[in-house]
Amino acid sequence: MSRLGAMLRAKDDTQPWSGSYAPYDLVKELCIAVGVIALLAIILTVLFSSPDEKPSTIAQWSRELPVNFVATAAEELDGTSATAEYGPPYNHNSSSVQHFLFLHPQRWLGVSHPINTEVDYVIDPLETIPDDPTLKAALAAYQAAPAKTRKAWGEAYAKPLEEYEAAGEENKPLPKTVAVNPSTGEVSVQASGAGPVPTMMASLLTLAKAGGVDGSLLTSSQFFQTDYTKPLLFMADGGLLEKRAEAEHLLGEQWGMMNETGSYPGQVWLWLYTFWYQIEPFKASPSGDLDVMLVMAALSLLFVCIPFLPGVRDLPRRVPVYKLIWREHYQDA
Amino acid sequence: MSAPPTQPELPAQPEPPAASALPARPATWTGRVREAAVAALPPEKLLPESQPTYVASWIYVFGVASLASLVVIVASGSILALKGPAWWHYTGVGHFFNSIHLWSVELFFFVMVVHLWGKYWMAAWRGGRARVWVTGAVTFLVAVPCALTGYVSQQNFDAQWISTQAKDAMNAVGVGAFFNLTNFGQMYSYHVLLLPVAVVGLVVAHVLLVRRHGVVPPIPLASSSSGPSDGPRGASS
Repeated sequence: MSRLGAMLRAKDDTQPWSGSYAPYDLVKELCIAVGVIALLAIILTVLFSSPDEKPSTIAQWSRELPVNFVATAAEELDGTSATAEYGPPYNHNSSSVQHFLFLHPQRWLGVSHPINTEVDYVIDPLETIPDDPTLKAALAAYQAAPAKTRKAWGEAYAKPLEEYEAAGEENKPLPKTVAVNPSTGEVSVQASGAGPVPTMMASLLTLAKAGGVDGSLLTSSQFFQTDYTKPLLFMADGGLLEKRAEAEHLLGEQWGMMNETGSYPGQVWLWLYTFWYQIEPFKASPSGDLDVMLVMAALSLLFVCIPFLPGVRDLPRRVPVYKLIWREHYQDA
Repeated sequence: MSAPPTQPELPAQPEPPAASALPARPATWTGRVREAAVAALPPEKLLPESQPTYVASWIYVFGVASLASLVVIVASGSILALKGPAWWHYTGVGHFFNSIHLWSVELFFFVMVVHLWGKYWMAAWRGGRARVWVTGAVTFLVAVPCALTGYVSQQNFDAQWISTQAKDAMNAVGVGAFFNLTNFGQMYSYHVLLLPVAVVGLVVAHVLLVRRHGVVPPIPLASSSSGPSDGPRGASS
């Protein structure tokens, strides 16, 4: 311990200054600096302003990408979406639970923001629709069925939609099992063995286009609402946010968070954090986020502890940058 | 011949206590805090009117520029907070102040990084100044989530994208339960109160430590190649 203590508290020949002093007005300097920085900020504001792209809504998503909306809703219903399989803090699944060795910090505080994608994203919004006996019968049939049957219905409905989406991404001919009415935006899916799900999804799409799903998800817990977790995760499961982000150069393989919409500088100070995501083993690791955060935590600790790190703390004495900084002092001496 | 005027008789004054009778330490907590504060930072040390002659380099500008940027950030952010989080989306004046807030943050990080690099090459932790470095470095680290919470509180597409992308890292390290990037209300609280208080508190501590220890003297030329290591010293300068 004494050796460690000696290493951390190495000898230091820095003596209190006994030389001459010159007049210096700290308060005046600060006031001038505030004025200069404020002026610089105003000049940058006048020249460049700041970005403010309108947020996406579920209504916009369902109108612009109706097939993607219905396909995502089907995944929420059968429990195969990213959110449905995520794990803590949203549910008890495990698909997105990351770990380092035997540590699973994601599980430590449990499910703090519970989301049941089947109920929250499909059943509850549909139950807000009044005076629709066909939908009411479909919902009753769905809810009365055993879980296994419900899942089979959902998967039967989702399969042709997934094939349609995959064909679109790969620029292949689109299967005829899914059709979109270009004038109304209605989606018809030829799915055998889907039970009441097609009826439910058609109603959900109509509700979403009218803005009803946005409202339903935001007012599900109380009137005054500031928590957008449910609608944001629903939209993140779909394709609209990613499509817009790609157009704005915000994807991880583009500029990521270092950029803002409209090519504005974003959080450029996160360059080192985002750098790790571009290289292996972090890039392909299923626990990449946790790995990167641990690396950054270790580097941050080293950064804070530089005065105690032999070698790193000695480098400034060996690299004569200090001679440039105190050039006048050394010349006078 | 009349008698000369005499001074009216004054009431008897109590004798001042003898020096030896004064208590060694103030009896109250308040007095003790005052004495400790004045002993650590007497007024002439807190706000001196002169500096050592070596304090003459452009690098010193970036320290005060960091403070100045923080002042502009807090001022512009306070105006935005007074009018509410949606104001800047639908008024030109609001958008103007939001832009000032954005650019002052960009300036803050830029000048702070230059300031940190400058202090590194000056080995500014020498002479018992390790705590000065530590408070500065921690300020930078706390400023990062302070800015992140601002980006996710914008209520626009940027906020949607950043919050849904960054949530996985927060969830992975287990803080998602109380640091939920998709919860606007929570992020706004972090951004306008909790994290700014932490940043300003750290900056105040940093500046007071600089005033207590003084600006680090130049590295002695004679010891630059084979001199002792630049480790922190226990005693303050």
